[in-house]
Amino acid sequence: MSATSNNNGATPLLAATGLSKLFGGVVALDKLDLQVFANQILGLIGPNGSGKTTFFNVTTGIYPVSAGRVVFDGQDITNLSTQAVYRAGISRTFQRSRLSLALSIFDNIMIGNHKRLNQGLWFNLARRDAFRRQFEESFEEARELVQVFDAPLADRMFEAIGGFPMIDRRRIEICRALVSRPKLLLLDEPSAGMTQEETTELMDDILEVKDRFQGLTIVIIEHEMGVIERITERCVVLNFGQKISEGAYQEIARDRLVQEAYLGIE
Amino acid sequence: MTAPQDPRSLAWTIGAAIVVVLYVILLLGVESQLEIAGLLAAGIAAVAVAARFGVVARLGRFLGERDGLLNALVVAGTLAVTAFFHGDAFVLLLVATVIIYFIACLGLNLQFGYSGVLNFAGAAFFGIGCYTAAVMTVHTAVPHLLILFAGGAMAAAIGSILILPVLRTYSHYSAVITIAFGLLFKIFLEVNDALGGPQGLRVKGMNVLGWKFNSNIDIGGIEVSFYVNYIVLGLVLLALAFTFVRRVERSWIGLNLDAVRLDETAAACFGLNITRWKITAFTLGNFLIGLAGALFAMMLGFIAPTNFTFGDSLILVSIVLLGGIGNPWGLVVATAILIVVPEKLQAIQEYRFLLFAAMVILILLFRPEGLLPRSLRTYFPGWRAK
Repeated sequence: MSATSNNNGATPLLAATGLSKLFGGVVALDKLDLQVFANQILGLIGPNGSGKTTFFNVTTGIYPVSAGRVVFDGQDITNLSTQAVYRAGISRTFQRSRLSLALSIFDNIMIGNHKRLNQGLWFNLARRDAFRRQFEESFEEARELVQVFDAPLADRMFEAIGGFPMIDRRRIEICRALVSRPKLLLLDEPSAGMTQEETTELMDDILEVKDRFQGLTIVIIEHEMGVIERITERCVVLNFGQKISEGAYQEIARDRLVQEAYLGIE
Repeated sequence: MTAPQDPRSLAWTIGAAIVVVLYVILLLGVESQLEIAGLLAAGIAAVAVAARFGVVARLGRFLGERDGLLNALVVAGTLAVTAFFHGDAFVLLLVATVIIYFIACLGLNLQFGYSGVLNFAGAAFFGIGCYTAAVMTVHTAVPHLLILFAGGAMAAAIGSILILPVLRTYSHYSAVITIAFGLLFKIFLEVNDALGGPQGLRVKGMNVLGWKFNSNIDIGGIEVSFYVNYIVLGLVLLALAFTFVRRVERSWIGLNLDAVRLDETAAACFGLNITRWKITAFTLGNFLIGLAGALFAMMLGFIAPTNFTFGDSLILVSIVLLGGIGNPWGLVVATAILIVVPEKLQAIQEYRFLLFAAMVILILLFRPEGLLPRSLRTYFPGWRAK
C-alpha cells in the first residue's frame, strides 16, 4: 500500500486497523485501514452512506467498534468512552450542527472547554473570586479564538447562538471544538447548508486556524470537491465502508474506482 | 465594571415594588369572593397594560443587572406584608407556605429546569423531610436547626437510590419511575404503623435555644402570630437556597447541567460525564425539597400521608412550568398564584386542579417558556467585557 510511503514512513497520529462496524446486517465499516498524519489536513470523501460519519462516531466512542483497533498518539483508544477520547485530544463537529441554540456563544464554546475548567462544586460555588478569574481568562481566550473567524462575532459573545445564521453557527461549532486545544480535529461536513461564498469564507478560516495552532491535524468530511482540492493534503475515499483509494486530490480524481463510485461508470 | 447608575429606573422600580406590596396586602385582606375575583382581574389587566408599554421589560432589564436590589425588595416586601397582617394567622400561614414551597420549587428547578431530570415525586421528597422532622423532633434531642438539614440530607440520600433506575431510562420512562416512587411512598406511609399509618404523626415546633417558634409573641401589648417566626426563618433559608441555586446557575456547573439537558451526545463528546451531572442536580434538588419539608412539618405540627399525594407533586411541577423553566424569579410569581389564589378564592377550591391543568396547558401552548422566561446566563450580573 502507498499509505506510509506518502509520508516517508512517519508514524501516523491516528491509525485505524481492520476497523469494522456492523449495524445488524448492515456493514457500515468493513475492515478499514486508515491513517492520519500529524499536521496534515486529510479529506475523507465518498458517496452518501459510505461510512465517513460512522468512522467519526466509532473513533470518538459514540458507537462501540465491531472489530479492529484505533490507535491515537500512541494510545489505544478502541472503545474508549467519548469522554476519554476527548481528554486524549480529539474534538469534533457534527454533520447537523449540535450547538445548544438556547445558550449564548460563550456558553457553547465553554462546553468544549470542559477538561480545562475547574469542575469542582466548592470551586464553582464558594470560591467566587477564583471562579471569576477563570471565567475572565476563559472569556479572553474564547474571544480571541472567535476573532480568528469573525471579528464582529467576538463582540456578541453573550447572545444566543440560535439567532445567528448558519455560517456563524458553524464557526462557533468549530471554536467549541478548538478551544480545548485538541491535537486532532474532526470536521463533519462543515459546508452543509451554506452558500458557495460562505463555504469559501469558512475554509479560509479553517486554513488560518491551522496556521495559528501549530501542530493541529484535521480530518474533514466534505462533498464539495473544490473544497477538498483546495485545502487537503491527502484524501481517503470510502465506498461501502471500504477504502477504495487514497492519495493527493489529483491522484484520487484520476482513479477509475473513485470515478465509478461517484459517477456510476460501469 | 458595575452596572451604570440610573436614578430614574431606580425610582420606578421602588414605586413598582410599593404598588405590588399594596396590591398583595389588598388581595390578602379582602374577604368577599366578588372583590377577590375583581382584584385578580384588575391585577392581570394592570400587568398586561404595563407589559404593553414596555414597563415590565424595562424593569426586568434594570433588575436583571442588580440582583441584590431585587432580593432586598422581595424580602422587604414580604416583611411589610407580614407586619401588616401581624395578628392574622390565616394570612401569615399562607405567606409562610408560599416561602416554603418556593424553597422546594428551587430544588425542583435545579433538577428539571437545569439538568432536565423530571421529578414527579416532589411531594414524596418533601414528605421525607416532613417525616424526618417528625421522628427526630419527638424521639431525639438533636437541635432543631440541624434537623432541618437532616430532613434535606435524608431526602437527598433516598433520592440517590431512586436516581439509579432513573439514569437507566429515557425521558418519559424516567418520569414514570418517579411517579411510581411517589405513589409507593404514600402507600408505604399508610401501612407503616411505626410512622403513624394513615393517621400521621405529631411534629414538635421549632425550638432554637429556648425560643419557641410555635407560641404567639407579645411585643409591647401587641399580639403577633407565631407564624411570623416561621416567616422570618423561612426567609433566611430562602435567601440561602436562592443564593445557592443562583451560584449553581452562574458557574460551570450550571453550564454543564444545561448542556446535559439540551444535548447529551454533544455534551458527552466534550467530556461531560452525563451521569455525574444528573446525580448532582437530582441530589442537590432533593436536599432543598427535603429541607423545605422539614420546616413545613414543624410549622404545621402535624403531618399525615394525605399531604404527600401525586396531586401535590403535580402542583410543584406546575409551579416550575408556570413560572418559567429555569428561572428562579418566575417561581415566586407562580408559587404565589398557585398557593394563594385557591385559598383566597374559596369558590374554586374544589376545581383547583382543573384550573391548574388549564393554566399549564395554556402556558405550554402560548408561552412555553413560562410567565417569566429564563434569560441567558450572566456569570456576574453587570459584568462587561473590557
